[in-house]
Amino acid sequence: MREHELTLAQLQDSFTETYPRYTPNEATVEANRCLYCFDAPCIQACPTGIDVPTFIRQIANGNLLGAATTILESNLIGHSCGRVCPVDELCVGACVLGAEHRPIAIGRLQRYATDHVFETGARVFEPAPDSGKRVAIVGAGPAGLSAAGELAKRGVRATVFERQELPGGLSTYGIVVMREPTRVALEEVEFIQSLGVEVVTGVEVGVDVSPQELIEGYDAVLLAAGTGPVPRLNVPGEELEGVIDALPFIAATKLADKDGVERLREIPVGDEVIVVGAGNTAVDAATVAKRLGAERVTMLYRRSRAEMTAYDFEVAFVRNEGVDIRLLTQPVEILGDEHGRVTGVRCVRMRLGEPDASGRRRPEPVPGSELVLPADQVIKAIGQEKFTALFAAFGIESIGGYVKVDEELRTSHPKVFAAGDCVRLTGHALTVTAAEDGKNAARAIARQLGVEELRRDPSATRGRYMHGTTNDFRSVHG
Amino acid sequence: MADLTTNFAGVRSPNPFWLASAPPTNSAYQINKAFEYGWGGAVWKTIGDPVLNVCNRYGAFEYGGKRLVAINNVELISDRPIEVNLKEIREVKRLWPDRAVIVSAMVSSNEQAWKTVVQQIEDTGADAIELNYGCPHGMSERGMGAAVGQVPEYCEMITAWVTSAASIPVIVKLTPNVTNIIPPAHAALNAGADGISLINTINSIAGVDLDSFEIRPNVGGKGSHGGYAGPAVRPIALHLLSQITSDPTYQARPVPISGMGGVETWRDAAEFMLLGATSIQVCTAVMHYGFRIVHELTTGLSNWLDEKGARQAEEVVGASVERISVFGDFDLSFRTVATIDESKCIQCNLCYVACDEGAHQCIDLTADGLRIDPDTYEGGTTLQPVVREDDCVGCDLCSLVCPVDGCITMVERPPKIPPVTWNELVRTRPEVTTDWDAMVAYREEVGIEIH
Repeated sequence: MREHELTLAQLQDSFTETYPRYTPNEATVEANRCLYCFDAPCIQACPTGIDVPTFIRQIANGNLLGAATTILESNLIGHSCGRVCPVDELCVGACVLGAEHRPIAIGRLQRYATDHVFETGARVFEPAPDSGKRVAIVGAGPAGLSAAGELAKRGVRATVFERQELPGGLSTYGIVVMREPTRVALEEVEFIQSLGVEVVTGVEVGVDVSPQELIEGYDAVLLAAGTGPVPRLNVPGEELEGVIDALPFIAATKLADKDGVERLREIPVGDEVIVVGAGNTAVDAATVAKRLGAERVTMLYRRSRAEMTAYDFEVAFVRNEGVDIRLLTQPVEILGDEHGRVTGVRCVRMRLGEPDASGRRRPEPVPGSELVLPADQVIKAIGQEKFTALFAAFGIESIGGYVKVDEELRTSHPKVFAAGDCVRLTGHALTVTAAEDGKNAARAIARQLGVEELRRDPSATRGRYMHGTTNDFRSVHG
Repeated sequence: MADLTTNFAGVRSPNPFWLASAPPTNSAYQINKAFEYGWGGAVWKTIGDPVLNVCNRYGAFEYGGKRLVAINNVELISDRPIEVNLKEIREVKRLWPDRAVIVSAMVSSNEQAWKTVVQQIEDTGADAIELNYGCPHGMSERGMGAAVGQVPEYCEMITAWVTSAASIPVIVKLTPNVTNIIPPAHAALNAGADGISLINTINSIAGVDLDSFEIRPNVGGKGSHGGYAGPAVRPIALHLLSQITSDPTYQARPVPISGMGGVETWRDAAEFMLLGATSIQVCTAVMHYGFRIVHELTTGLSNWLDEKGARQAEEVVGASVERISVFGDFDLSFRTVATIDESKCIQCNLCYVACDEGAHQCIDLTADGLRIDPDTYEGGTTLQPVVREDDCVGCDLCSLVCPVDGCITMVERPPKIPPVTWNELVRTRPEVTTDWDAMVAYREEVGIEIH
């Protein structure tokens, strides 16, 4: 038991969205700073090609439904993306005002627009006539929901199978509350459902329903299963009490956000917490541990800062939280007491050798450099396992644990497509790239099923960056 | 530090900044406070016949999230009893002998009423009288304010009553709600006005509420025209000022002009002075930010005068008037072209779209130096706008929309044709100005190409 238990108010503060919503005037002033560039680079920088200058102009003009429509037309997961996108790496990073001024806060403006329609319940899209086609989607995360919604817009009825109790995938279970409250993820699911999508939860494909049933029972199947639990560290002591997986740890805070802040108190957290790993999930787990009241939180990473996959802003954020990052340090054994509880982690210092297969310099142990770090909780965040057994059950090929797909996101099975983190062999596994995958997969499936492509409003923004987004400009303009 | 002292028809003030007759000059409390902040003068809120005011009185014109780009009001003249005002005016003038204390007045259009109010004002020791011929609402329906200012004969008659009775300077405040400001200005001069002030507020409706459909300002579900003021009216005020100061009759018998209409900063004030204003009146900016803005007004103006080598503010008064001309006398051979400084360009391409769709199609987008069509180009290169100088008509739109300081400039180029004005063409080649074939032939003759 720690000396100073956090009050409920403190916990509430710690697990509230970091940035408050803009007031109407804040949004108007920020929106009016936008230059409304012609051929704007922010559009190109958005993986889903949102027409950013148009939606910002709509906010400036007080047309929030129009703004949200512009966003959601390109990205049905825009309600989440406005919050979780690494905007400095994407649209905001491309903003021409960044050269001499402060770039436009595109993410916050996006959120302002989508919050408005999600709160008022305004209808954004009219349901399309039923084409009679049916698609099964495995996984109700951003990729699956994006695809389901895009199919619905084309009159293709999708049924989404989700093994968890709640839909939303990482938006619901994995993105820390400070960036995306659970409510937002669930609102997004309801919005997708309102388009005519059926979401079935608590049903695991491969266990409760067989891949064969889906392949035979539907016109096409989309695998959007994401990735699985954190793999084993494969060091002695891993079974000790107090050694946990980062994902359920974070998920518990997401559920508490839904069920009541007092539930945060039920989440076990140590005083001396060691997080193994240095990716986005590790950063999130460290932040959550600190905010739940851990005295000291230390992240261990066996390589150097240059190889860390977490973004600069995340590293700055977690350091600001008071988390220590120990680089070039690898755990070799988890130590416990006579009751089987964690007491520390034996580590070895590393140094970087020659590049390995991934092109990164291979870390090598420094002989005689062992040290013991005290810990009463160890959180594992060294990546995620792949659902290779599921892929095998579908009889589709995979590469390095990821589903092998062609340019149209088609797997080696003609009726099975795949999208999202389960195909993310390279690059960052972002919500927004999953959303774009889902959109592209829906388009490819619709094409395969002979369903007519959506037509683009000819008055909408033209130009090279708009090619290949939801509504293909060239389909109208030759 | 330049000398800002102002002599306006004998009315002296330590600087040219006067509070305009309006809500900020409603009481001794306010004017004493303003003078403590350093205002050079104040025109007391109009005194005159009894009135009753309404709620709401003001409506804002907002633009791009900026509040109060202009204000509309349906407030009337002072609703405090005239005796209270006269007593306070006397007190203020006694406390502040070095400041300009001017009293705005508006009474029914009969000679005795005006002579009475003139006597009452003179008895306070005030420095001058300003005749409110501009108030566009409430009073005008009662035959006062703009109802006078819009009829030069009334303007002249009442001004003559006042100038014949007054021993202190008389300033006539003109309404902008006329098609030509010159006749009422002449009327004021003919009647012996010692000074002119302009502009009063402009007829306007601030807006319509899109939820309730109410007019702004909303008075119990109804609305009406009100007086429009604030930064958005400044270009109109500058124009009307320039009309008077460039008028030959005025120039033959000039009187000082007190300029106003959207002055918020020293820069605005300097523009009014360059077009011939001796003193500057301010209202909306004070209603928005308070009296403290006078510090920036005086220090900014003084620094600018120093920079221009002027020792006294009056040295710049009217310095731009000689540049006021008419279209027919413009040199048609004068030529400028747009140039883009690519080292400063941030490739927002607003200049491209403005020129291509809103003007004269003289800017190309280029990728790696080659002209491309942005509707079909699919490369990843950042597109750079480039001016086709031979086609550039020198309209200036691109530089006006460019968000980067000093990126697009209009550069003068040698004329392609001999100097000529439209009026000269009318005199020497009248057929060119009336017949398209003759115009086309003339263009070929002198080498004017319009793409």
